[in-house]
Parts: sequence; structure tokens; C-alpha cells
Amino acid sequence: MTTRPFEGVNILDFTWTATGPATLNPLAFYGATIIKVESRGRFDALRSLGPFKDGIPEPERSYAFAYSQAGKRYNITLNMGTPKGMELIKKLIKWADIVADSYSTGTMERWGLDYEGVKKIKPDTIMLRTCMHGHTGPLSKQHGQGFILTALSGVDSVISWPDRAPSGAYGPFTDYIAPQFNTICLIAALDYKRRTGKGQYIDQSQHEASMQVISPLILDYTVNKRDITGQGNRLTYAAPHGIYPCKGKERWCAIAVFTDAEWASFCKVIGKPSLAEDPNYATLLKRKENEDALDELVEAWTQHHTPEEVMKLMQASGVAAGVVSNAKDMAEDPQMKHYNFFVEREHPVQGKIPFYHGPGFRMSGADYEIGRSNLLGEHNDYVFTEMLGLSDEEFVQLVSEGVI
Amino acid sequence: MAENNEGMLSPYRVLDLTDERGFFSAKLLGDLGADVIKIEKPEGDPGRRFGPFFHDIPDPEKSLFWMGLNTNKRGITLNIETAGGQAIFKKLCKTADIVIESFGPGYMEKLGLGYKALEKINPRLIMASISGFGQSGPYRDYKAPSIVLWALSGQGFVTGESDRPPLSPSYPIPYFFGAMQADIGAMIALYARGTSGHGQYIEVPTLLSLAWAVGSDPQGLWLNDKTIVMRSGRYWPRPQPRPDGTVEYVNVPLTYPCKDGGVKFFPFVEEGMLPSTNGMTQWAIEEGFGNEAAKTVDWRTLNWQTVPQKTVDEVTGCFERLYMAHTKAELFAEAQKRGVQLYPVFTAEDMLNFPQLSIRKYWEKLAHPELGTEITYPGAFTQLGEGSCRIRRKAPRIGEHNEEVYIKEMGMSKKDLSLLKQAGDI
Repeated sequence: MTTRPFEGVNILDFTWTATGPATLNPLAFYGATIIKVESRGRFDALRSLGPFKDGIPEPERSYAFAYSQAGKRYNITLNMGTPKGMELIKKLIKWADIVADSYSTGTMERWGLDYEGVKKIKPDTIMLRTCMHGHTGPLSKQHGQGFILTALSGVDSVISWPDRAPSGAYGPFTDYIAPQFNTICLIAALDYKRRTGKGQYIDQSQHEASMQVISPLILDYTVNKRDITGQGNRLTYAAPHGIYPCKGKERWCAIAVFTDAEWASFCKVIGKPSLAEDPNYATLLKRKENEDALDELVEAWTQHHTPEEVMKLMQASGVAAGVVSNAKDMAEDPQMKHYNFFVEREHPVQGKIPFYHGPGFRMSGADYEIGRSNLLGEHNDYVFTEMLGLSDEEFVQLVSEGVI
Repeated sequence: MAENNEGMLSPYRVLDLTDERGFFSAKLLGDLGADVIKIEKPEGDPGRRFGPFFHDIPDPEKSLFWMGLNTNKRGITLNIETAGGQAIFKKLCKTADIVIESFGPGYMEKLGLGYKALEKINPRLIMASISGFGQSGPYRDYKAPSIVLWALSGQGFVTGESDRPPLSPSYPIPYFFGAMQADIGAMIALYARGTSGHGQYIEVPTLLSLAWAVGSDPQGLWLNDKTIVMRSGRYWPRPQPRPDGTVEYVNVPLTYPCKDGGVKFFPFVEEGMLPSTNGMTQWAIEEGFGNEAAKTVDWRTLNWQTVPQKTVDEVTGCFERLYMAHTKAELFAEAQKRGVQLYPVFTAEDMLNFPQLSIRKYWEKLAHPELGTEITYPGAFTQLGEGSCRIRRKAPRIGEHNEEVYIKEMGMSKKDLSLLKQAGDI
């Protein structure tokens, strides 16, 4: 028996870009009803961010938007700057259990829809507000995005070669870290509300949340005054430990040897069992001491094999190894396929999109449902007439007035 | 209890059987008020061997890796491989809500402590298993250290610089993705239990937990144009599809060097971002770093899909020269004044000195009498209107709460405890 745990949970979604959907997707996967509010004048910024289907930069063609909106939603457009628009939004706030936004301080305030405002409309609302620096303090109005927040959060600093400035994370990495804290909080708040009848206000600073991940490195500074740095692909307690070139162009495999037993297995796999006894490499300390020569030795073998061969041979002998997967490898990876990670959905403008994906876990008693990204205002008719009960005449009138 | 333990999750108990893959998972539930009991092997948790260490002294009670990721937990020792230890664990399961473990696939089943067995003891119990690749599938038994997960998840291929191999983090970031996804699964199960009355089992393949964070560029471009996005270091290449179906890239810097470190800035051209991009351009011109390209660029009409590399180099070259003339602190201060979205690459010292964090009372000082000092920690991961999210207690010492849990709460005697210790059960 599987169930849809969030059936009956309603979410009014004012978020935009990546953090909001990453937060709310898991709720959508498991049955929550989400209405995403956009406006034709100012739609979700991800719709303007490429890459685009066929290279045509139009709001319905953005892969960035499609990729982020994997949870099922209703999409409406509403001009919040009009009194009639505000009237409709108030009805939706009454409908919602959760109201979420991802603006810095000022935008929701301008509409009178900060937590105090929302609470007046519905006292037990759970409101999530997530922005770069939280909604208090001098930087509450600071705009930003995950492409640069990685610098402030220490994430970039651990992804670097020791002899160069940080190379940094690829993409808006904190946009994937920070939302997970929000999802945890929102579900806890739903449970809390069910037990106590009380709503909740969640004020997330994405900066504060992202730094949690590296707290041991922050302690290394507060205790030992040591700064956060990267060591390339090396690790103090493993050798070999790196990403090695394999047969083919830009083909790579990660290999990590921790114990002497793994080292002996590694030597057998590369056809040099006697190397295990070589005093230059027999212990971790010696392997660390001679790591440059060791890496050359590893490369001399890996370059004659495909990364898939390296991974399979090593793992079969108990040595950790993994193909450095590119997008094609990911699409074809047997483990990802085993879990049906990528799912194809038909999009009205983009056609078949095979990169929609569900959560990073699987539950024994609940199925997830993957939707597809919506067109702007795709569900205006349904939401405003069927859900909110506007007559067809009223609906047409509001459309012509530019409210919807 | 004198201690304020009122968080949203305060009615719930979590049994934490994780290692470094999952420490973070139960910690976050503790931050929200859950009563988390960390179960360690009698000799201490293997995760205590990871540095950094307090004053660089390698000692299981001085691991900062342990201390940072195990706050808000009580700690008991228990050997779940002995019959006596298993009996105690089962008893603990009767009053627990969530069990989180990160042993290899099949390990708990082998001990007779798999979900099917525990569910019989407590049908309301929720169990989450964190692993590298999952409980089934062709990679199930593959070894899965951080660098291997980073590689297979698709992160590795796009990270790093073009003239060097793909780059992996020097800190096990993949584990944190698995840990947080486990929490989300456990919370969904907790909510579902409110209506169904039953617990359920959650498996968390860290590979999947990390793969979705690769983002749309690699996935979308492979799908659309059969092109593979390459690692590009400090540049964020924007794709330029050509009429013949091939894709070229224009390299736009995202990270720049400055006088005393680095800063990050990207000239976004999306409507809401134009004030930042225009502001940056104006700033470079006002300080005398503007050239013809900067003075004539119209960001409103600039299209990343057609703009020549030469134009990008000329304009961003002005930014670079301006940055090199200033410190990151100067640049950040001026950027805020001008509404420019620019962040410095922070050192740990910068983080500690960042006024916004102090004003929001982010840092928490915890007393460590056993080390004769107090230590500053990152505090709440979020701020809540109802119930607290904060550090309620420092990470436990080995077996610190054995008496509290075994004697006060489970009703054992001191003599029982002594016997169990000698039998190797606790």
C-alpha cells in the first residue's frame, strides 16, 4: 500500500530561480498541491537563463527553468500591483497551508505580504522566506544568487588546487545545499502545526545554512586558526587518491586506496603484484611520501584502459574507483537507471525532456510523482474559475484588464 | 529538565547509527529539538578518527570533525554485533521514532536488525539507510568514498580547470547531500505516520542525492545538442548554438583575482539582474577603467548566444583591472552601495568577522570544560518564529550518557552496566 503523504497540503509558491523549487519539489513529489505565482511582466528569472531548446531564448524554452521545476505544480499569472490582483492573492493565502517566497526583504513587504501581513489574512500560515542573508540585519535587502554565494560560504575554498586560487564549485552549488534545510523545516512545521495548531515563520539565510556543511572546517579556524583550503584531489589519509586519465579523450576515473590491503589488491589489478612489497609504497606513509611517483605509476596503467574498465576491475577487487561521468555517462549509468533517476516528460513547447528527476531517496510506503515544468499561466483558467469560483465573464474581464 | 529542549521535533527520538556519511543527518533533527541518541561502538565511533583535531592532537575526544557534526546528540556506547547489545538496541527501538544508519548495504539485515525485524518490534518506527549507491543495483557493493561519489554523480566532470584533471572537494561534500536527503525522507515518513499510524523504510543512495545538483547546463546541452559541458575553472561558459547544429562557447569569468584574494561576479543580462550588471559597468567607468567596449556595451540587448568572445574579454577586462586595484573588503563595501551582486571569496576569518552573521547571532560559544576552553560554533541553520533551532548541547564524549540512558531511562542498575561493559555489549 502506497500513499501520498502530502495530499491535502496546499502551497502558495512565490519563489523564483532555483532555491524555491528545490525546496518545494519534494513536497510536490509526495502529493502537495502547489500554485506557483508568476506575472507576465516579471516571470521567473530562470526562464531567461539558458541553455534554451533549439538555442531560441524564449521563456518556455529554458532548460534551466525546466530542470528546476520537476515537481507538479499549477502555474498562474497575476499582477500583484493591482487591487483586484491583491484580492485574488488573499483568497489563495487563505487556501494555502504554506506560503513560500525567495525574495530579499522588500518585495513581499511592498505587497503587504511579509509574515505579519500574511498572518493577518491567515493566522496559522506556515511561511518560508529564504534569501541570501535572511530577513534581519543590514544585508537583508542584498540581492544575490547561488553562483556567487559559494564564495561566501567556504564551498569554493575546499574545491581548489593547492598552488592556485580556488577553482570553485561548478554552478550555483549553494542553491542545491540551502533548500534541503528548508524542506526539512517545512515538513517539521506541518507536523508541528498538526499537533499544536500553530503556524510557523522560517527565516532562512542561505549563507548561514550553506556554512553548516563545513562546520568542522570553521572549527579548525576558531580553534586552531587554520584557514579553509583545498589540496586538489589528494587526501591526507589515502594514496593513491585522485582522478586519473584513461583511454580516450577527456576520459577519467577516480581511484582511492585507503588501506595496505587495498593497495595489495590495486597492485594485483594492474598486473604488478610484487609492487605491493616495494618498500617505497608498502605503507600509507611511504605512499604519501612518494605520491608524485605513485601517481605517475597509476597513470601509466589507467591510460591504457577505459574508465569503465578501471572502475569495474578495481571495484571487483575491493578498491574504490568511479568513472568521472559526463552528462552522457549519467544518462546511461546502470545504477542511475536501476533507480529510474531520470524520467522523461512531454513538454508542450520543448517536446520530450528526459532529465526530470525525483528525490535522492526511495520510500517503502510512498511513491513519488514527477511532473513537468509549466507554461506561464498554464492553469489560470482552472485556478481562477474552478478553484476560486470566478465566473467566465469575470475571468475574461480580469484577463483583459491585465490583472491575470 | 533545566535545559530548554523545545524545538518543533521535541516529542521525537532518533537513534543515530551513522558514520561520517550520516552524522549530519541526525544532527539537523537534533537542531530542531529531537532527542538524538548517537550509538557508538564501545571503543568509540570510527568517525572520531577524522581531523581536523583540537590543537592538532589526534585523539578520538578531540576530533573537530566529530565535534562539529554531532552537536545536539546524547552519546551511548553499544555493540550491536553481540546478542546482549542487540537486545538493548531492540529495546531502544520500542520508544524510538526514527533510526538512521549508514553501514554498508545488508549489514543491518545480517545482524537481524533490518527494517523488517525492527518493524515487528515497533510498527511506528521509521528507518533510513544511507549508503553510497543504494541497497540494490549493480553498484550496490561498490566502495563509495567521497571522491568516487563526486565522480559518478556528474559533479567531477564539470568541476576544475581545463588544464588539469577534474577536481574533487578536499572535504566530503557528497556525504552531506545523502545526509540531508535522508532527513527529508524521514520527515516525510514522520508526517505520513500521522495519518497511517505506520512507519516505513527509506533508502538513500548518496549518488542520487548528489546527481540532481549537477544542474541544467550539462544535462540540457547533452540532450539538445549532444555536446558535453567541460570543466572551465573560473569561467562560466555560455553556449552559442550555431546554425549547423554545433555548439561553441563564450567564456565569461565568474571568479576574478583582486588585490588580496578573489571575488565573484557575473554580468547577468536577465531583466531583474540588469541593475547589478549596469552598476558594475558604471563603477568601472567611473574609476577610470572603462574602455570603448565597456562604454558602449548595452546589456539589455546583449545576447550570450551571439556575443563575440572579444567583446566579453574587453568588458570583463575592465572589471578585472578594477578588482586588482582594490581589496576584497573595499570591493564588497562598494558593491553593496551600488547594488552590484559581488561577493568576496571568504576565508574563515572573513566569515567570523562578517557583521551580518554576528548581528543575526549566528555564532554560538559552547563551554568545553573537558578541554579547558570555549569554542565558537556555527549556530542555527535557520531562524524560526516558533520553537528553536539552535545548539542545545555539544557533541558527546564516548559513552557520556550511558548512565543517563541505561540507568535513569531504561532502569538498569549500576551492576548491570558494569556487567554489560565487561561482556563487551556496551
